[in-house]
Amino acid sequence: MGFLDIRNVTKSYGPVQVLHRIDIAVEEGEFLVLVGPSGCGKSTLLNMIAGLEGISGGEIAIKGRVVNGVHPSKRNIAMVFQSYALYPNMTVGQNMTFGLEMHGVPKPERDRALADVAKLLQIETLLDRKPGQLSGGQRQRVAMGRALVRNPDVFLFDEPLSNLDAKLRVDMRTEIKKLHQKLRTTIVYVTHDQIEALTLSTRIAVMNKGHVQQLGTPKEIYDTPSNLFVATFMGSPAMNIVPATVVMENGHPHAAITDADGTPRNLRFSQPNLARWEGKPILLGIRPEAITDPEGADRKSGNIQPLTNRVTVTEPAGSDTFVTMTLSGRDTIARMRADAAVAAGQTFEFAVNMEKAVAFDPTTEERITP
Amino acid sequence: MSVATQDTAVSTGRATRALIYLTLLLFALFYLLPLYVMGVNSLKPLAEITGGNMMALPSEWTLDPWRSAWSTAQIGVEPTGLKPYFLNSILMVVPAVAISTIVGALNGYVLTKWRFRGDTWVFGLMLFSCFIPFQIVLIPMAVVLGKLGLAGTVPGLILVHVVYGIGFTTLYFRNYYASFPTELVRAAMIDGAGFFRIFWRILLPVSGPIAVVSVIWQFTNIWNDFLFGVSFGGTSQPMTVALNNLVQSSTGVKEYNVHFAGAILAALPTLIVYIVAGRYFVRGLMAGSVKG
Repeated sequence: MGFLDIRNVTKSYGPVQVLHRIDIAVEEGEFLVLVGPSGCGKSTLLNMIAGLEGISGGEIAIKGRVVNGVHPSKRNIAMVFQSYALYPNMTVGQNMTFGLEMHGVPKPERDRALADVAKLLQIETLLDRKPGQLSGGQRQRVAMGRALVRNPDVFLFDEPLSNLDAKLRVDMRTEIKKLHQKLRTTIVYVTHDQIEALTLSTRIAVMNKGHVQQLGTPKEIYDTPSNLFVATFMGSPAMNIVPATVVMENGHPHAAITDADGTPRNLRFSQPNLARWEGKPILLGIRPEAITDPEGADRKSGNIQPLTNRVTVTEPAGSDTFVTMTLSGRDTIARMRADAAVAAGQTFEFAVNMEKAVAFDPTTEERITP
Repeated sequence: MSVATQDTAVSTGRATRALIYLTLLLFALFYLLPLYVMGVNSLKPLAEITGGNMMALPSEWTLDPWRSAWSTAQIGVEPTGLKPYFLNSILMVVPAVAISTIVGALNGYVLTKWRFRGDTWVFGLMLFSCFIPFQIVLIPMAVVLGKLGLAGTVPGLILVHVVYGIGFTTLYFRNYYASFPTELVRAAMIDGAGFFRIFWRILLPVSGPIAVVSVIWQFTNIWNDFLFGVSFGGTSQPMTVALNNLVQSSTGVKEYNVHFAGAILAALPTLIVYIVAGRYFVRGLMAGSVKG
């Protein structure tokens, strides 16, 4: 049993079911990120934890107490909203202590809590200002401060960074992560940004169409996605998905693919029990950074496979150079070092790190587990 | 809540500007003419009016017509002046405006932030009351007031005006609160504020512009109402009815100067409300229509 338990939770609006039997146990101090495309039900789930939406089936428990019928204010949670939801008529200080005031905390205690949090977030100088006089980043801090002041059991974040510009977003991301490392609070965080999910979380729940597609650590999600949706949703650029057939060569399973000219190429798998799939079609999944030039290949990998292919396009992006090629008729992206000597139209010797490759069943779209 | 400013206006040349201002000035003078006539004639003795020029300034300035209209003029059969009726009007208007505005605000709050099944229907039906002509409800209203024992009293008039005004005030506040972010209400819920606390601490403090609209609208409508006042006023008739009784009396000499003074007295409160709060009126009506 976890600190925050979501057991078999469903949500329906009339005949439409938007959440299907969600089961997540969050440990104390964990940073759980709910990630998925819009309409996947992640915000609905968060609102159900907060008590802002009713629960159609199953139960949610915080610290062992089932909170299904409990009013939001009695769940000892705090929420940071996408729009920050700062009360426009109150000063920053009043905004942050409003919750304490509503819970009948005496003034001296409120002031002490406010001073502590203001110091932590470095917003002491802003306390007398109105939200309208703050910049986006400052509002974001105040919104977090308002949540922190109450010292809740669980923090809920609803896409808190999506209203910030790109640079500020990265800064605030680091800020939130630092804060979590310092305070060790339990956080449930909703976002549609997979980078935010990977960087912030201790665990990720990838959601789609009201189902949890995969629940795991960022590394598990990234390296061993449980299905095609997770594989292509997480990671940027997305994982390359190439149709292939499993063939046996020297007793090892290989992925048989074709290069840009239609020439067959075989890449040896690191998973021996893919032998069961001999002769059958699969979908081969390779992350862009697993395809490099031979010098840039991962030296710790035990299975680097050479692959000669013609380069279609190169896109220098400063820190990396993205190289596009065709594999089995699909555009495939490789991530190279910035100064890799590669040009469009050239035939190039690639190195594929097959230790990182995964295979999917084309009919079920599930990952084939070794 | 943006207001049209100079930089959003179409830029024009100097000559065009001058022409625009001139036209506006002429229209303003034209519209102010009646007020001028009333003011001027309320300050001269009756003989000057009956003797000739309505437009001329008084040759002998006097405040007697005002004193007479306020405290001694014959209203109906009593020589009380307009004073007691003015007080009746105040006693009726202030509570009626306050109650209808507060109820309208609460209705708007519930209809936007605590939505329930069929809320749009409820709102639609309330809107309907804006389109019901006064005359239709006279007889049912008389019956209701009689049953409640409020016929012919100030509380009876307050009730009538509150019932009639709620449709409008609800419309104003509902549309205003519709653009108020619901996330704020949710944040307040999590913070532990209840239904009335959220209304009082979160919504009301930012309702200034629309409250002004509601107050002005209700104040002018209720103050200027004649039909309900004459029908249900009984012994506590409002200012409008008294003014009618003063001006329309068919016996004795027509004291035009007193009539003018009385008419200005009757119009004064609404005039003051407009002058004090008029700019918020336009601002409030615009609120929510333009984003940003």
